[in-house]
Amino acid sequence: MKNSPEKPSVALYVTCLVDLTRPGVGFAAVKLLEDAGCVLSVPETQTCCGQPAYNAGDQGDARALALQVIENFSGYDYVVIPSGSCAAMIKDHYPKLFKDDPAMLKRSVDLAQRTWELTAFLRDVMQYSPQNVSCPGSATYHDSCSGLRELNIKDQPRDLLGAVDGLTIVEADLAETCCGFGGLFCVKYPDISSAMADRKIDDIVNTGADTLLGGDLGCLMNLAGRMSRRGEKLKVWHVAEVLAGMTEGTRPISGDKDAK
Amino acid sequence: MQSKTAHFKENAKKALGDAQLQRVLDKFSTGFPVKRAQAAARLPEFEDLRDAARDIRAHVLDNLDVYLERFETKVIETGGMVHWARGGSDACSIIGDICKSVDAKTVTKSKSMIGEEIAINDYLEKNGVDPVETDLGEYIIQLRDEPPSHIIVPAVHLSKEQVAETFREKHTDLPADRVLDNPRILLDEARGKLREKFLSADVGLSGANMLVAETGSIALVTNEGNADLSVGLPRVHIVLASIEKVVPCMEDAWTLLRVLARSATGQDLSVYTSFVTGPKRSDDLDGPEEFHVVLLDNGRSSMLGSEFHDMLRCIKCGSCINHCPVYAKIGGHAYGWVYPGPMGSVLSPALLGDVSANDLPNASTLCGKCETVCPVRIPLPEMLRQWRNRQFEANQMPTRQRLGLRAWAWLARRPRTYRLVMEIGTGLLTKLAPRNGRFKNLPFAKGWTSKRDLPAPQGKTFMAQWKQRSNGGSS
Repeated sequence: MKNSPEKPSVALYVTCLVDLTRPGVGFAAVKLLEDAGCVLSVPETQTCCGQPAYNAGDQGDARALALQVIENFSGYDYVVIPSGSCAAMIKDHYPKLFKDDPAMLKRSVDLAQRTWELTAFLRDVMQYSPQNVSCPGSATYHDSCSGLRELNIKDQPRDLLGAVDGLTIVEADLAETCCGFGGLFCVKYPDISSAMADRKIDDIVNTGADTLLGGDLGCLMNLAGRMSRRGEKLKVWHVAEVLAGMTEGTRPISGDKDAK
Repeated sequence: MQSKTAHFKENAKKALGDAQLQRVLDKFSTGFPVKRAQAAARLPEFEDLRDAARDIRAHVLDNLDVYLERFETKVIETGGMVHWARGGSDACSIIGDICKSVDAKTVTKSKSMIGEEIAINDYLEKNGVDPVETDLGEYIIQLRDEPPSHIIVPAVHLSKEQVAETFREKHTDLPADRVLDNPRILLDEARGKLREKFLSADVGLSGANMLVAETGSIALVTNEGNADLSVGLPRVHIVLASIEKVVPCMEDAWTLLRVLARSATGQDLSVYTSFVTGPKRSDDLDGPEEFHVVLLDNGRSSMLGSEFHDMLRCIKCGSCINHCPVYAKIGGHAYGWVYPGPMGSVLSPALLGDVSANDLPNASTLCGKCETVCPVRIPLPEMLRQWRNRQFEANQMPTRQRLGLRAWAWLARRPRTYRLVMEIGTGLLTKLAPRNGRFKNLPFAKGWTSKRDLPAPQGKTFMAQWKQRSNGGSS
């Protein structure tokens, strides 16, 4: 399945949340990767990367799911994921899961090296920049924790968004502060989680932006869900949807006009 | 200190509903991080210093026995005494005995988290000794009979109005109608009160920021100079410190001091940094006649060599707490014991040694900010995860959570069944979805919908649509 460097073979790992709740993000990723010149595959047997189990202390299930992902995604030049959190699970944490198993360690490191978060892959590997995409308005960007602190994703989405016509980015003071999602944290400690989200939302509203963007659907659903409960008007999109020019005629994660 | 960690959720809920506390926390959580970032930016070698600090602390832990014995030898050589305490009650009786031996009535204390850990004040009071906290924050919360809410700013949960109220209520010998409307006035009043205590104290009790093995010295770092008066004026100085506080030599101590204040408060160095070595020598003008060091284990040696070994590198700067978005909302008291925030959520379960603190390692989003600001680079998120591993292995996770988690993993390991179940599930949710596409209340997802709307699925799953598209159909 090896292709020329100009046309690498790429497997898309859509992630559970995109697959189940917002397939549009997956199709946006497909469009971006194909536009960037990748030969795209979507392995059919993909499920969960094992992060919920891993962070909940269930190392056995996490390891079993990691093995499944390693097998599902072998043989491609790259594996690309529209989520910093799932990408960091594979890149940073899979090798830790197999630290005592040299053969599996080698395979997990191999996968880790081929795995990329979507915006980082588009900019850093494909040197891609969106053409003829417009999204008039002002947006603020939420740096999700795993992408930012485990994968150093900060400038990539902003650079890509810089090529979107009519869009200005307004930075929020707390752009790098956790939104309170935290996987199972948000349902185990809803009071704390929503208070953390409120702190973020106050800060986001303060920027005066009309749109909130981010690269992780988990954070975005948490913020959007809370914004919607508070009656905030800001529209929330995954960065891929904006970059692919797929916002027109689509209901945002929250902030649509008819939402009640 | 009595642990209330078992009531974490209720404690947190109470804190979230306390408007005054929320105002103080808002201010606090933006202040220190900015100062720390500025201090780090001012020092080009700051990141290298963090590496060096980590290496010093790691080396100490690998050779803890050697450095502790060297420290003991040096303390004895310089005329002091060393007492080894396995647990909190041992340390309390050692300190109580020393106080009794000099017929102490008043003990001045400079801030010590180890003192909080072993509840030394309660012990002394029960034995007829009056312990007086001399750090301003500690003094305030002692008057209010409250535990500290932060390891370096113990009264950070209070506003100046609350402090004024407390002073008016407790300092009954002063005119009731005096003006107490700014921090300077409050400080001066506390100072006046404490001056009497400094002069009359029989014993000074301090913690130690470091124990220097090379010289037998202890390092004391404060911004108020209260430690120097607490331990320099009375006849007896007792140092209470946990065993991991030792460092090999003065040069190492200074490397650590260069990252300590910068990480804690954003200062290049705290206002007072003192090294105390032994009791008063014959040609000294002042100083205590007796110098005792109580070295406390209290569960730390059992962390050595365990998955929590690296936690003992901690130099108690509080940086992880200052930067924690969970702490920023719930404050220190919610954690229920001496050590709040990320460092506390790793340390407390180990030191308490039972399931009462099980919530703490779970009450984190693992956002990773703490690790990026830790001066000795402790992998705090990884250690929180290690506690979760232990809890899962010991079957201590609540049954519903465990079942849910395992059911999800069971499905995810069977891609064909998973696919089928997910298609049916998203199909149902799509059908049930309100017109505006948001669920306000889903009985099986109350943890989510109690506080947030749940966006309904956009339609069929991505995989189903992709399959249609690949088969030539339209999606």
